[in-house]
Amino acid sequence: MFGVSIDNLLNLDQKYYEIDDYQSDIPRWCPGCGDNGILTATQRLLREEQIAPEKTVFVSGIGCSSRFPHYMNTYGFHSLHGRALPIAEGIKIRRPDLHVFVNMGDGDCFSIGAAHWIHALRYNMNMVAMVHDNNIYGLTKKQASPTTPKGLKSNTTPRGAVLEPLNPLVTTLAVSNVSFVANVVEWIPDLLFDVIKKAFHHKGFSFIRILQRCPHFTPHVFDPIMNEPDRLRLLTHDDGMVIPDAIKKIYKNVETHDPSNIHKAREYASDMETIPIGILFRDESIPTYDDIRKPTRPNTPSVINEALQQEFDKFGIKPKND
Amino acid sequence: MHTTETPQSKTAPTGQNAKPTVIDEHIIEIVSDSGEGAQTAGQAFGTISARMGNGIWTVEIIPAEIEPPPRTSSGASGIRIRLGSNQITNMGNEADIIVAFNEQALLGREETGNLKKGATIILENRWKDHTNNVIREQYAEVMEHLLAEGYNVIEIPMEEETLKIVKNPRRGKNMFVLGMLSYIYSRDMELAREQIRFAFRKKGEKVIAPNLQLLEAGYNWAKNNLDFQYEITSPPISKPMVVTNGNVAIGMGIMASGMEVCAMYPITPATSASHYLSEVFENAGGMVHQAEDELAACAFAIGASYAGKCAVTITSGPGMALKTELLGLASMAEIPLVLVDVQRGGPSTGLPTKVEQGDLLSAMFNSPGDNPKVVLAPSTIEDCFYSMITARKIAETFRIPVLVLSDANLATGQQPYPRPEFKEEWVAPPYDQNPVPEGTIPYDWDEKTGLSRRIIPGQPGGLFRVTGLAHTRDGHVAYGAGVNQEGCDKRSLKIATFQKTLKTPRVYGPEEGDLLLVGWGSTRGAIEEAVDKARKEGLTVSSLHLKFLMPMASGIGEILKKFKKVITVEINFSDNPEREMITEENRRYSNLAWLLRARYLVDVDNFSNVHGQPLKPSAILEMARRELKKLN
Repeated sequence: MFGVSIDNLLNLDQKYYEIDDYQSDIPRWCPGCGDNGILTATQRLLREEQIAPEKTVFVSGIGCSSRFPHYMNTYGFHSLHGRALPIAEGIKIRRPDLHVFVNMGDGDCFSIGAAHWIHALRYNMNMVAMVHDNNIYGLTKKQASPTTPKGLKSNTTPRGAVLEPLNPLVTTLAVSNVSFVANVVEWIPDLLFDVIKKAFHHKGFSFIRILQRCPHFTPHVFDPIMNEPDRLRLLTHDDGMVIPDAIKKIYKNVETHDPSNIHKAREYASDMETIPIGILFRDESIPTYDDIRKPTRPNTPSVINEALQQEFDKFGIKPKND
Repeated sequence: MHTTETPQSKTAPTGQNAKPTVIDEHIIEIVSDSGEGAQTAGQAFGTISARMGNGIWTVEIIPAEIEPPPRTSSGASGIRIRLGSNQITNMGNEADIIVAFNEQALLGREETGNLKKGATIILENRWKDHTNNVIREQYAEVMEHLLAEGYNVIEIPMEEETLKIVKNPRRGKNMFVLGMLSYIYSRDMELAREQIRFAFRKKGEKVIAPNLQLLEAGYNWAKNNLDFQYEITSPPISKPMVVTNGNVAIGMGIMASGMEVCAMYPITPATSASHYLSEVFENAGGMVHQAEDELAACAFAIGASYAGKCAVTITSGPGMALKTELLGLASMAEIPLVLVDVQRGGPSTGLPTKVEQGDLLSAMFNSPGDNPKVVLAPSTIEDCFYSMITARKIAETFRIPVLVLSDANLATGQQPYPRPEFKEEWVAPPYDQNPVPEGTIPYDWDEKTGLSRRIIPGQPGGLFRVTGLAHTRDGHVAYGAGVNQEGCDKRSLKIATFQKTLKTPRVYGPEEGDLLLVGWGSTRGAIEEAVDKARKEGLTVSSLHLKFLMPMASGIGEILKKFKKVITVEINFSDNPEREMITEENRRYSNLAWLLRARYLVDVDNFSNVHGQPLKPSAILEMARRELKKLN
């Protein structure tokens, strides 16, 4: 553990991190909350990759999902509703050494933070963004979110949600510079873990939408797809999501999908009957904003002085006899 | 309006050159339709004059649109240049000479009282015999008015002369005017040529050559046709100077402070600071990030700063309004942040290109709950530069948002000031990545000062979670009664601790007397000039200028109490106490007056308006005379 003695800390490279090392406070999510599974999968990833906790930052917005950083024993930034992405971008821009993860809810990302979501895709900064999509506002006690199914009763739609829900996958796949889009459900932990892992290894902005049950407010919202396993379309590829045989026995609707085919990805994303699970789209050739904007010079005093003198000369007036 | 005699305009008088008349100072304006380059010519003229050792102040006259309808009094674009033998600190009163590319733009300035009685008007004559009779009539009407008002109008064939050299007079008349002004004010022509080469350096020889020709043409035309010439002498320059506007000074200051990230979203009149930085910041290892909106810009800066790279976000009032939730977060989470607000006229989108100092109270109190932050305001162009270094230092030392309030007047005003001498201590040290000592907690607030150690991601042993929610000393979310009280208490203590480092501002003039004028920000030059004039008249007027508005330095209350009457001089709104409905129980004061009244329990009055114009020294002087009459 950390903080034992400085000598130990200096030997961090040799330390083997256990799951416990990534655990902070005991989660205060409701029993049965899908967020727990996402937390477990993420901690498992960090252990498997042996990522130094101090080199990791979890950034979140506001909502149940956004308590996530408090439960990770890493650096964490529990920020404002909708603003997790621009804060994460600021963290990453001059700190390529940090692993940045962003956890948001559906209201957080698709509603109040929608502008940031679109532009984060376009910036394509090297980080992993997970949207915990439970189709509802939970922390504020059951209001309709952009992904709430039409007809679902909530406190702001007591006679049923009046609008068709937003399809975040279709929206994401329409943004230029999109480089990694995946969809997964929290109740199949192996697939969840594998997709987060693939996202972590992708260079660029990895967007994962995770369908997540809220035991209080939307316990049955995913029943149709849970009761009919064939309504999940598992997408696989040579270096795509790994599907264990046991899972293939339950979820028989498995398809080979080339994740470089954005048209096919959009087709899967638009299908309202069958939910795609796995990597819909991946393109490592898209330049990342952190690379594009990489500093060409260090901001040391001597470099700054040199730049300043150049500017003072540009606007300067010299004494006549100089 | 109508006089019995018919005044005549002078059409190209063929006077021979007498010796130039020596004068102390003059105010010149150049006005045109948008896009005709009046500002380029004026800025060049100002720089040439500064290089000759004159004091200068330039202020741009900017319409809100890129290309408003031509030949309208509201669409006038232009520039004012005030020149003097000595240092010039503000835009002054009325203009002595105005050069106008059309009579409607001129009328816009005349109607708003910007011309001296009997001022010389140099007017483009092509509209006089224009093929369109509406234009001819408009011209004749304005001309009649100007002559009746007693202006000295000189009609000049600017377009005709310009067309001899270039095909498009919209891209050339301005340099012809620069040439004319160079003759009128006996400017050093070699400096003028150098300035043209500099101004068009990016466009190459093809553009430089005709502009140099136009300069000579304007000069010679004036020499051969005008019967007056001035000279504004100045002491020789003894030390290296720089001439910039306030936004460039802010950009340079940001570079000098060692900040690495500037995140912004376009907004007038702040954006030119980011334009400048976008051009040069990378030379100093920095970057400008244009975010998708104001909130994202502030969030990006906060993220960068949290990760150890102190960052700035530049905006104007409406943008600051959008950033308030993030300012609250930076204050709550104790993340250093510098925000520059180049103020413009409000409320709402208000007057995008005009000056106002209406954001002081909103800067201080703009987030929900108690959000301590530091607010400071530069008062000169030079101060814009140094304020950025100071702001970065305060932000990082006290882990607090620092708001720097500039305004549209400083943003476009140009002034020479001593070339700064670089000091290594301006720059922040590299961010700390050493292991955090055992047992360190993130909000280990010092009981006396409220300060705690800054921990930066990457530091082993420092793992903690930042949150905008109420939190305990170890960064855990907690809603207990004592927890929030303690957090608010400690964050507020940092302001008190910082306040202990501030020096009492010096009174301009004697430290006691009848009337004290109190100002902040860009009005300093105008106020002090008014004070000088008032004292010459024997009036016991002094002034006090505040740089730190939150917190204010010690000793200000004592100063206020030494004067019979205290009046703040500000460019923001206050009720007119003479209105029937206004009483002492409902009167709304100007920004600083509210603050001084609340803190010092002194019956402070205010002199303020929201015309969107910089304050004129003459208006302040008149007010001082009026107030003193009431006192005595």
